[in-house]
Amino acid sequence: MATTTTPTTSAATSSAPAPAAPGVDVARAVRVGAIGSVALAFVAAIGMLQTFDNRVVFVPFLSLGDVIFFAVPLVTGYLAGVVPPGPMGGTPRVSAARALLGAAIAGVVVAALPAVLIATLRSDLDLRRTFPNLSPGLAQILTLGQEGAAGYLALLAVCVGLALVGGALLLTEERMRRAVVRGVEIVLVLALIELIARQFLGNLGLGALHQRLYVTNSGLRWLPAVVLFVLFTAVSYVLAGRRASARERMLRTGPERQRRSLIVTLVLAAALLVMPMLVGSIVNELFVNVGLFMLMALGLNIIVGYSGLLDLGHVTFFAVGAYGMAVLTSPASPGFAPELGWWLALPIIVAMAAAAGIFVGTPVIRLRGDYLAIVTLGFAAILERLFISDWLRPYFGGAQGIRRIPGVSVGATTVSGTDPRAMLYLTIGFVLVAVYVSWRLQGSRIGRAWAALREDETTAQAMGVDTTKAKLMAFVAGAMISSFAGALFAAKVGSVFPNSFELLVSIVILVIVIVGGMGHIPGVLLGAVVLIGILGGPRLPGLLQEFQDYKMLIYGTLLVYMMLMKPEGLLPSVRRTRELHQEEFLQDAWFDKKGHFTDDPDATGAEVAVTEASAPPIAGDAADGTEPR
Amino acid sequence: MRMLRKGVRTAAIVAAASLVLTACGNGDTADLTDDTEADADATGDEETDDPGDDPDEDAAEAGDLGSVTYQEGEAIQIRSLEAISGDVAFLGIPNQRGTEIAIADYGDVQGFAVELGTPLDDLCSADGGQSAAQTIVSDDTVAGVIGTSCSGAGVPASELISSAGMVMVSASNTNPALTQTPFGTEGENFSEGYYRTAHNDLYQGAAVAEFVYEELGLTQMAAIHDGDPYTDGLTTAFQDAFTELGGEVVVYTAVNKGDTDMVPVLTEVAGENPEGIFVPIFPPEVNRVAEQYVNVEGLEDVVMISADGAQVEGFLEIAEAEGFYFSGPSLQFEGNNNEITDKSATDFLEDYQEQYGEAPSAAFWAHAYDATTLLLQAIDNVAEVGDDGSLTIDRAALRDELYSTSFQGLIGQITCDEFGDCGAGEIQIILHEDSSVTDATQIPVVYTFVPSE
Amino acid sequence: MTATDPPRTQAPSLFTRARRRLTWVDSFLWVIRVGAVLLIAWGLIGSIQRFTAGLGPTGSQWRDLLVAAIAFGAMYGLIAIGYSMVYGVLGFINFAHGEVFMSGAFIGYFAATALSNGGLWQSNPIIAMLLTLLVSMATSTFMAVLVERVAYRRLRSSPRLIPLITSIGVSFFLQYSFLGLFGATVRTYPTLPPFMTGNIDILGVPVQRSQLLVIVVAAVAMSGLWQFVTRTKTGRAMRAVAEDKEIAALMGINVDRTIVTTFAVGGAMAGIAGMLYGQLYGVSFFMGFLPGIKAFTAAVLGGIGVIPGAMAGGVLLGLFEGVGPLLILGGLGIASPSQLRDAVAFSALVLVLIFRPSGLFGEAVGAEDRA
Repeated sequence: MATTTTPTTSAATSSAPAPAAPGVDVARAVRVGAIGSVALAFVAAIGMLQTFDNRVVFVPFLSLGDVIFFAVPLVTGYLAGVVPPGPMGGTPRVSAARALLGAAIAGVVVAALPAVLIATLRSDLDLRRTFPNLSPGLAQILTLGQEGAAGYLALLAVCVGLALVGGALLLTEERMRRAVVRGVEIVLVLALIELIARQFLGNLGLGALHQRLYVTNSGLRWLPAVVLFVLFTAVSYVLAGRRASARERMLRTGPERQRRSLIVTLVLAAALLVMPMLVGSIVNELFVNVGLFMLMALGLNIIVGYSGLLDLGHVTFFAVGAYGMAVLTSPASPGFAPELGWWLALPIIVAMAAAAGIFVGTPVIRLRGDYLAIVTLGFAAILERLFISDWLRPYFGGAQGIRRIPGVSVGATTVSGTDPRAMLYLTIGFVLVAVYVSWRLQGSRIGRAWAALREDETTAQAMGVDTTKAKLMAFVAGAMISSFAGALFAAKVGSVFPNSFELLVSIVILVIVIVGGMGHIPGVLLGAVVLIGILGGPRLPGLLQEFQDYKMLIYGTLLVYMMLMKPEGLLPSVRRTRELHQEEFLQDAWFDKKGHFTDDPDATGAEVAVTEASAPPIAGDAADGTEPR
Repeated sequence: MRMLRKGVRTAAIVAAASLVLTACGNGDTADLTDDTEADADATGDEETDDPGDDPDEDAAEAGDLGSVTYQEGEAIQIRSLEAISGDVAFLGIPNQRGTEIAIADYGDVQGFAVELGTPLDDLCSADGGQSAAQTIVSDDTVAGVIGTSCSGAGVPASELISSAGMVMVSASNTNPALTQTPFGTEGENFSEGYYRTAHNDLYQGAAVAEFVYEELGLTQMAAIHDGDPYTDGLTTAFQDAFTELGGEVVVYTAVNKGDTDMVPVLTEVAGENPEGIFVPIFPPEVNRVAEQYVNVEGLEDVVMISADGAQVEGFLEIAEAEGFYFSGPSLQFEGNNNEITDKSATDFLEDYQEQYGEAPSAAFWAHAYDATTLLLQAIDNVAEVGDDGSLTIDRAALRDELYSTSFQGLIGQITCDEFGDCGAGEIQIILHEDSSVTDATQIPVVYTFVPSE
Repeated sequence: MTATDPPRTQAPSLFTRARRRLTWVDSFLWVIRVGAVLLIAWGLIGSIQRFTAGLGPTGSQWRDLLVAAIAFGAMYGLIAIGYSMVYGVLGFINFAHGEVFMSGAFIGYFAATALSNGGLWQSNPIIAMLLTLLVSMATSTFMAVLVERVAYRRLRSSPRLIPLITSIGVSFFLQYSFLGLFGATVRTYPTLPPFMTGNIDILGVPVQRSQLLVIVVAAVAMSGLWQFVTRTKTGRAMRAVAEDKEIAALMGINVDRTIVTTFAVGGAMAGIAGMLYGQLYGVSFFMGFLPGIKAFTAAVLGGIGVIPGAMAGGVLLGLFEGVGPLLILGGLGIASPSQLRDAVAFSALVLVLIFRPSGLFGEAVGAEDRA
């Protein structure tokens, strides 16, 4: 019925028009649909749809569960029509038939497994001993509340309909597509932050505006939602036209970029100073947690991002800071209770962390990448066990931890977790210090030594870089910054228990650094805001209660996705992107800005790639797998 | 040299920052009491209408902590803060559901509905409890909280909620420091406005020690905990009490959560020839201990005692659990009626089964039910309906009301003393001999311990 | 070392050579080495003293502990094979292998329960257990191959740390998927058939039948695997690819297919371990993480890339972890030594990686890779 043709490219002439679009690829549509079906059934079976169904986003029609339910066929429909890049690269135009018909086929397939699920749920078969999340409520969601055969029809309609929408998206111009996606993202986020908006607008005296837009303790009202969606889509569309392509933005250097950076920095700084006054204490508390993770991520960034040393046990330094502060300041510290003030104890903590950095760093100096990672993991695990042990209970409190840690005395008052606003200002202060230190380190001589170390250790050694000292300095610097987080944490919560320092925390920090942008400070900060702010840490809640059960799953998925697709992170540094996408850049030498094949050197981005030497981003490894073990 | 320069620069920045912050003078602790006033007041201004409220002082005068007002048509807000996710969910979920059922049973408070809102998760950790409590206290429409499940979370949560002027009643916190010491003085982590219907673990440790020493006549015991502050607290309390009675804890050791091979720790225990083992740990570790101890030479005849953490179906149903003693709060709810809602334990369990499709997975549901009715009745007694049909609850009056409440609940007589201990605090020891009985309330009691005041 | 050294006219003495090579990093490491040896010796002496004084476990209690530790180590060995093989062929640590083990145990549980409900488990336990074993192996194999196809294939030519980080992500994804799908309760297999309970006398030593089962199954699996790797064509292909991927491709070996086979075989071994472990210790979503890391320790102990080394390392680790805390730490007088069992295992990991990364049977690694 359908023909599958490969894209034809016209060979030698420069700036040839886009190749003719191929026909419907049924095989691909079915395959993508099957994957989508499994994904939808999976998301249903883990209970995500039901949990998120409690969170209404667009009153009164859509809940977050519905949004996820709809997103799956939408994405599937979109992907069903995508034409894989041909042997010469480039993205051919897609025909309407291919997009829509393919999407429809995919949509039908997507409905398959959920239909089976509905049938099972409606029958007498109770699978809840095996799959505790397959409750009858799930059937309600999947069938949009319809009974009997109408339910299956509803499911089919949703799947096919949304797949078609996805397919239609494929047909729109890229700019419009991006604008629509951006619009949806923004409106969704706005709907989810109802509580924050309530406090923010309330503190500004705009409570009435909040009432117009939102329903209290719920989501956005649907009419304002639609209006906002149209507004933001339009704005994104207009702005996209103005903005230069990503590649050009990355290439921009010199005074223009510096000026831009300065303006952005000043605006952000002003916002930072004012924000804690304007939002309520939930947000302040949330941002304190974000700030703590920012500090740890900045510390890890120096070790992983700048120096290319994979540290899987970074929570060690956080623990040193927290337990150190507990022992030094708390009157309840068993064994040794000097009861110093927080500020007085801080330099001691930092020194201890530096020592810890040396202790962890020295044995691993001569190890190659993966063994280094495992040894750091081992150290963190050993330390965790030591803190909880009965053996060291006379010093660290064992399972009971150390309580009654006083807060930070600032002027006449004591700042602790009961006052999130002050705590946030304090945390922001430390984050700024850490950012400044990281930034200066990156541009300093040791920073360049780290970069050399990351790119190729042997060459760096041959060029005279003292790699031993560089590695140790990386660990020491990272440890010192992370110990700030520990010290603040101890004062904030007022007690330290060993289970706050589990291995999971190290992994989460690693995810933040990687997803945000390895080696790039704004990226790391953004990663912390997005991940900890929305999902929360291993034992800290994020913005939404509903994510609690699924956040580690999302972290794992994110890590895999980013590693496969975009290892440089969400907000990457220019250099890292070049390193990691070496091959694509080399290929781009043959394509003009529209993605058409050309051999006109003036039209291409050839200046970008040709002269760079191949550069693996993490120290001690060749780019291929054939190095001797 | 460079390092030194950098270090000096960093130190200078830190010092400058601290000077600035010091100069900023009075911080924002007064701000929190702002939140307790009605919505309309929030302007971000530092002024407080109430006179300087020091949360540490006893709130003796009414009006000191502000009040919360609900307009006609609005619902009274209370919150549930339990451990409802991850591997400890089996502890917190029955409490949350107990609260839900209690709210449904109680009905309206002077014509105003009561809403629970989104159930919050204490993550069974101090930082989780603190963050969740922060969410609660920043919503000034909340009148009271039922929670937490884990004592570790209870410490910072109670502190926060107390300084916000709200009240919290816990159904499962058993850590002694939260209310009072055995000497009748304020506990280390005592907070004004914190109450609990659960018992105090010091008494549970003493109960087990007494039972073992006097009833069973054993003088050499082993104790094993699992690194959880609750179990560790229990074994410590047991050790102290047992030693005082004249016994000896010949080996005090621990496993880790997630351990499956118990042979090494049991060999360690066997090496000291104990007559019994007090192992108040949770499933699945306690299951492994039960399965493996019979194979360790020297432990064939030891007496095994666990605690209420293991009084769950997941452990009671296995054959190897037969013969175990369990200590725990008195669960003899037979014939007890919660006089506020006139509900018996049997009715509750029927409702629970019908609504949630299963029996409660842990033993504190009755404590949660009573805690909720305690709170609701106090609110009812204190709330005043104004001329415009709005309902006002004075927070200080609510606290005082709770401190002076006394009624008959599912768990027995509920009387709150000045430190917030409301439950009867009775401990029972049960002997589990039939693995087909998985409901702890049906297992025969062999010993009862009443704390002597 | 420096350009300004005067040219030497005679060979420097041994002492001078030794002193010149000793940097402070070396000194630090020597301190750790000596410290570890001293600690272990001191602990041993302490335990021996206690033993001769009649304190602590009796000889037969120690013996039983030893046997139990070996049996547990055999399971580590089975899991370690997967790590060793993947590392040998692709050169990275597959963190997700612990979850491959977990998935086999988990699905095996469902099979076992179904068989138990159907009565086959009670009436014909051997067939039932074999069927369960098959299900467990199939699941683990499927999971290993799936992970390779979805996550690792694309990263074949990436720097070696990228697949490692990806495998961490996969590990978490699998763990929490199982949590989401099946819940957090720890489930136990149906009770062992009567002939599997109780003790059996081997050369006068009472060994639990379940322990014997583990050791026998592990031994059979190992020898089967050894035959496969040394005698069959696929096995030779695997060894060739492990040696040098490019040359193997030039020799006509289908590298892709061989890699898939490697993952599959490693997964199958983990499935066997999964069924045994699940039967004896229950299944849950988090059961794979820690045993996974420990199994990696075992693989390194024995020599990464060397298959019999993986089993040897497993047994060795089982001994360290099972007997070590009581023997060494107890001998040192440390309170609650059993609580530090994981610390002992991880210390073994750290010490081996720092001081002898080639392990027991591995080839000596070059100087730049060793501390």
